Amino acid sequence: MNAIDVHGLVKRFGNKTVVDNVSMQVAPGEIVGFLGPNGSGKTTTIRIMCGLLTPDAGSGRVLGYNLLTDSLKIKREVGYMTQKFSFYEDLTIAENLEFVARLYRLKPVANHVADTLADLGMTSRRNQLAGTLSGGWKQRLALAACIMHQPKLLLLDEPTAGVDPKARREFWDEIHRLARDGLTVLVSTHYMDEAERCHRIAYISYGRMLTTGSVAEVVANAGLITYIVSGPGLAGIAAALESRDGVEQVAPFGATLHVVGSDRQELEAALSDIAARDGVTVAPGETSLEDVFIQFMAGSKDNMA
Amino acid sequence: MNRFFSFGRLGALLVKEFIQMRRDRVTFAMMLGVPLMQLLLFGYAINTDPKSLPAALVATGNDHYTRAIVSALQTTNYYRFDHVAESAAEAERLMARGEVSFVVTIPSDFARRVDRGEAPQILIEADATDPSASSGAVSTLSTLAARALNRERGVAPGAVGGPALDVVVHRRYNPEGISQYNIVPGLLGVILQMTMVMMTSIALTREIERGTMENLLAMPASPAEIMLGKVLPYLVVGGVQVAVVLVTAKLLFSVPFVGSLPLLLGAILIFVLALVLLGYTISTIARTQMQALQLAFFFFLPSILVSGFMFPYRGMPGWAQLFGEILPLTHFLRVVRAVMLKGADLAAIGTEIAWLIGFVAFFSALALLRFRRTLD
Ligand SMILES: Nc1ncnc2c1ncn2[C@@H]1O[C@H](COP(=O)(O)OP(=O)(O)O)[C@@H](O)[C@H]1O
Ligand SMILES: [Mg+2]
Repeated sequence: MNAIDVHGLVKRFGNKTVVDNVSMQVAPGEIVGFLGPNGSGKTTTIRIMCGLLTPDAGSGRVLGYNLLTDSLKIKREVGYMTQKFSFYEDLTIAENLEFVARLYRLKPVANHVADTLADLGMTSRRNQLAGTLSGGWKQRLALAACIMHQPKLLLLDEPTAGVDPKARREFWDEIHRLARDGLTVLVSTHYMDEAERCHRIAYISYGRMLTTGSVAEVVANAGLITYIVSGPGLAGIAAALESRDGVEQVAPFGATLHVVGSDRQELEAALSDIAARDGVTVAPGETSLEDVFIQFMAGSKDNMA
Repeated sequence: MNRFFSFGRLGALLVKEFIQMRRDRVTFAMMLGVPLMQLLLFGYAINTDPKSLPAALVATGNDHYTRAIVSALQTTNYYRFDHVAESAAEAERLMARGEVSFVVTIPSDFARRVDRGEAPQILIEADATDPSASSGAVSTLSTLAARALNRERGVAPGAVGGPALDVVVHRRYNPEGISQYNIVPGLLGVILQMTMVMMTSIALTREIERGTMENLLAMPASPAEIMLGKVLPYLVVGGVQVAVVLVTAKLLFSVPFVGSLPLLLGAILIFVLALVLLGYTISTIARTQMQALQLAFFFFLPSILVSGFMFPYRGMPGWAQLFGEILPLTHFLRVVRAVMLKGADLAAIGTEIAWLIGFVAFFSALALLRFRRTLD
């Protein structure tokens, strides 16, 4: 049985379709990255899956419970970490954890809270108001609070936005540890390195699921060709290439230029005179996940409209 | 373990709410400060026995009896004769403009009637739009005037000397007249109404605006648990306010209390429950804290106007009385006045209590119906 198994989800706000016929299957123990530009419908999809929004169409099961009729049961076994910190800023760390422990009827409350505080390394700061924590610590507190009741499924909505690299690394180590113990994780993110730490990724744009699969599959399916240009006068070369047929992306990477297109012949034709220049080398390169995403985004300019 | 209700989960919500309440110093100060300030402000502004009220004298005769009565009235401090009117019409105008609160008319045949041994008459007209302000002045008038007249006639105090003075009192603009004791018990209801509804009306909108609602809804708390978790803490706040008002009423305003205290407290409990549920219902309707406060205020004003707090209920037009019936404050005012001042028992106020219980049931049902379990 899949942890998440939803079909044809649709959500409209007014006359705007924000989630458009989204289906998703996530196996138990899997870590799935949920990617897409701002406003593409990630948060809305996640909210539907934990019963916070009613879909206008579609159906499915989360942890085996019917999405439309069993939202109370789903809530009890899902841990949902909201995009914006949504614990009580005027309560201390310990008080927030106690509140959660009591709501989930964890007994004895004091032990659960003490264990969580110890895991977090926050025992000495238990009486600090949650509102005074830095962004990274807030995320850690929120994650700790939503795994306290040992959910079977974690829905994390941009859990590492604005968190420093070390804290992100630790965060992801923790996610993998939890997944090894059988927890299923759906996590939305904008970071490529995080997407690469997922077993599988799903890319959504304008509310539509564009692609899903492992990172290698997604890159291969995109069918992009990448050349790497190096040498003098890269800025001028970039400006010249941008308008040429067959060139879809030109992006500087350090002392090199990544030039991406989807038609090999056209791309090579566009690059031929550049390759002939003195001191300039053009070599085939590997297409990165980021190149693929930029390509997706270019195809769907602005999701906020 | 119950799907829809657990005391454990309710406990979680209650503890959290109390901590937040305690930490929010401004609101906490308001809970104690507002009732006290209102009580003092309203209580003193409306209720003290005001002295030196501006008065006009219409006296065409200039005999020694008239002068004796006027000086006796002046020494009471209740009256301040700023105006000597030439005619009744002029005095009428002064009162209509609000320049005087009283017009004392001593007819021109006053001295002649006293000397002839006939009952003399004086007429006092009081502006009773604020009746509590004038009641003290009016009630002392007849004894003082009579005493002054007797002294002038040379009759010993206490002895029967000649025909009694006939004082005719006209309460202008509001013949019913409310005694000042009516107001302090009424204030209990008004203060509770204002603070309880206002505080609970932002219960949910505050969670929504702070973004904590999403988290709360994602956790397994049922609508009934959330509702009770939100409103019950305010019963305690209401209890504190009730104690403050009742003690102050007794100490500062010496309002008599002839009825049963447990009965009154029971009625207050039901009333406060109705109020917090009304506030909570508002918070399920409003989308922002600002809207919630506006709705609460929108409810507050008519409550003050047509509940019988400001104007005598029986003096209002029929439609206003009908409107008053659907406000909890109207029924509570009847209960609190009947119990405190008339010593009414449960049987006497049964209908009003039933109304209040009806409000509790109605508002909880409405709030649960309106409660949105999702963010849609
Ligand atoms: N409650 C709402 N009412 C109206 N529009 C909404 C609401 N929630 C989200 N939207 C709109 O739906 C779109 C998708 O939003 P969201 O799911 O938050 O995207 P993402 O999480 O991918 O950034 C956005 O354009 C957003 O403005
Ligand atoms: Mg989002």
